[in-house]
Amino acid sequence: MTEPYELTASEIARLVASGQAMAEECVESVIERIHEVESKVHAYITIDEEEARRKAKQIDERIREKKPVGRLAGILVAVKDNMCTQGIRTTCSSRMLENFTPPYDATVVERVKRADGIVIGKTNMDEFAMGSSTETSHFGPTYNPWDLTRVPGGSSGGSAAAVIDGEAIVALGSDTGGSVRCPASFCSTVGLKPTYGLVSRYGLIAYANSLEQIGPITKTVEDCAVLLSVIAGNDERDCTTANLGILDYLSRLHEPVSEVRVGVVRELFGEGTQEGVSKSVWKGVDMMGEFTAGCEEVSLPSLDYSLPAYYLIAMSEASSNLARYDGLRYGYRSPSESLDWADTYSRTRKDGFGTEVKRRIILGSFALSAGYYDRYYLKALQVRTLIRRDFEKALDKFDVLVGPTMPLPPFKVGEKIKDPLGLYMCDVDTVPVNLAGLPAISIPCGFVDALPIGMQIIGRHFAEELILRVAYNFEKSCHLEHRSPPLR
Amino acid sequence: MRNHQGTRTQHITIKEVEHAAALSKIELTDEEKAELTEQLNRVLDYFHNIDQIDLTGVPPTHHVIELVNVFRKDSPQKTLPHSKVLSNASKVEGSFFKAPRIV
Repeated sequence: MTEPYELTASEIARLVASGQAMAEECVESVIERIHEVESKVHAYITIDEEEARRKAKQIDERIREKKPVGRLAGILVAVKDNMCTQGIRTTCSSRMLENFTPPYDATVVERVKRADGIVIGKTNMDEFAMGSSTETSHFGPTYNPWDLTRVPGGSSGGSAAAVIDGEAIVALGSDTGGSVRCPASFCSTVGLKPTYGLVSRYGLIAYANSLEQIGPITKTVEDCAVLLSVIAGNDERDCTTANLGILDYLSRLHEPVSEVRVGVVRELFGEGTQEGVSKSVWKGVDMMGEFTAGCEEVSLPSLDYSLPAYYLIAMSEASSNLARYDGLRYGYRSPSESLDWADTYSRTRKDGFGTEVKRRIILGSFALSAGYYDRYYLKALQVRTLIRRDFEKALDKFDVLVGPTMPLPPFKVGEKIKDPLGLYMCDVDTVPVNLAGLPAISIPCGFVDALPIGMQIIGRHFAEELILRVAYNFEKSCHLEHRSPPLR
Repeated sequence: MRNHQGTRTQHITIKEVEHAAALSKIELTDEEKAELTEQLNRVLDYFHNIDQIDLTGVPPTHHVIELVNVFRKDSPQKTLPHSKVLSNASKVEGSFFKAPRIV
């Protein structure tokens, strides 16, 4: 028999709203599942069972009284621990924020709650979202449910692991350079990085403002469309959000995409791409050829330079964003204080931040410092222009662009953590769309040696509706709906 | 991707790492300084790939979406109570955050 934790959000919403299942049952099933597998996977930093039970009870009461309920009624949502949740500590997986309890909700959390979604807990991540493996967390790594000796990807690794192993029905992640799509690929989930400006960043603890977006991590494309419809849209507390009116990603989701022209991006199959990944994605491309107007190769030469441009911009922005952690108003404060305030702050930041965070702040400060600004930061911004132009040109000719999400399958825990540059290189296929502000979805396209492979579908600005529709048609032809991780 | 092992080019000296760390207000041990200098040199060596492209006349992109100033009415909103604002601070006195002594 299928347990409620194995269901999709769309299935649960239908059952709960029609009275065929109780929200309480669904919540209990997921909580039991958490008790069963969390010690192996470590997807969460904080879990709030009691509040989840209380909310479920309220929803059931409202249904009994025939009162209307929201579209996420009875659905447990896991939230990455860099989004503020009122009354639930929000750590960013850092010692710096270990005891930080926000006095307000991030806009996305507020919207999830308004739709009757239930926040079950806060998921593990790379410290301050800086990483691609969830290994830099102050609270220890998350393990990949498909192979517990491997990483779940990052930085939203806890969110993707929780969704695929049944510890949550859907999750929110954030994507600065691939942090939703990478774990989606490594854990065989769907993960969407929306167009820059579609989803409010209010209450998202900043890493690199000009690049990041919050996005859904789900088992299916339909769930992704549901959750995106809930969180997307203008927010007056984030002036970079676009005003697009009412957004609906569901009503046309099931329609065919036979007119859609698909460009296969040559640079996304670069030198570092493992053969198994390449084969699996090309197989996916062939399948896509069956239900679209056809696939054709296209070259975007500037993508070869996206990795350095991305890291220089992200690190520069990080060095400025993370300057706020002085230990005064919130966060860790070193007990050893001297009369020199610079020494005092430096000690707080030395103890409060982990190695990778310090590395990025220091390199960012260097890239922005007098004498180096033109040589690094400014150049990166110019490369960003070229990348944007290349995408514009390609998306003139094609409706969507595709390629692998990650150049390799999930790697072993500890395998790359001592080699920062090696780890940065894993992001080679995900960072270009952040630089161009485009939407991109990662969708499961198969397995190589029992390890998940993801394919990326990129669209024009605010073309989420179309890429979701292409992804939905792809999912239908892939037949991966009964996949379930062995937790070994 | 080019091999990033064993590079000799010096893009950043230990003095510059010390300076950047001081700007960042992060204390480093001597071992950390040495290790960071080596790691950052390898990273910067790879980053210098972007020197291969001709960027003459290319304007920088600061923002990807066309943005205009968004104005709202300057109407007073309810603010958080003092107790909530101060609840995450490690040192508080009365209704103030307590900063380290500087004199």
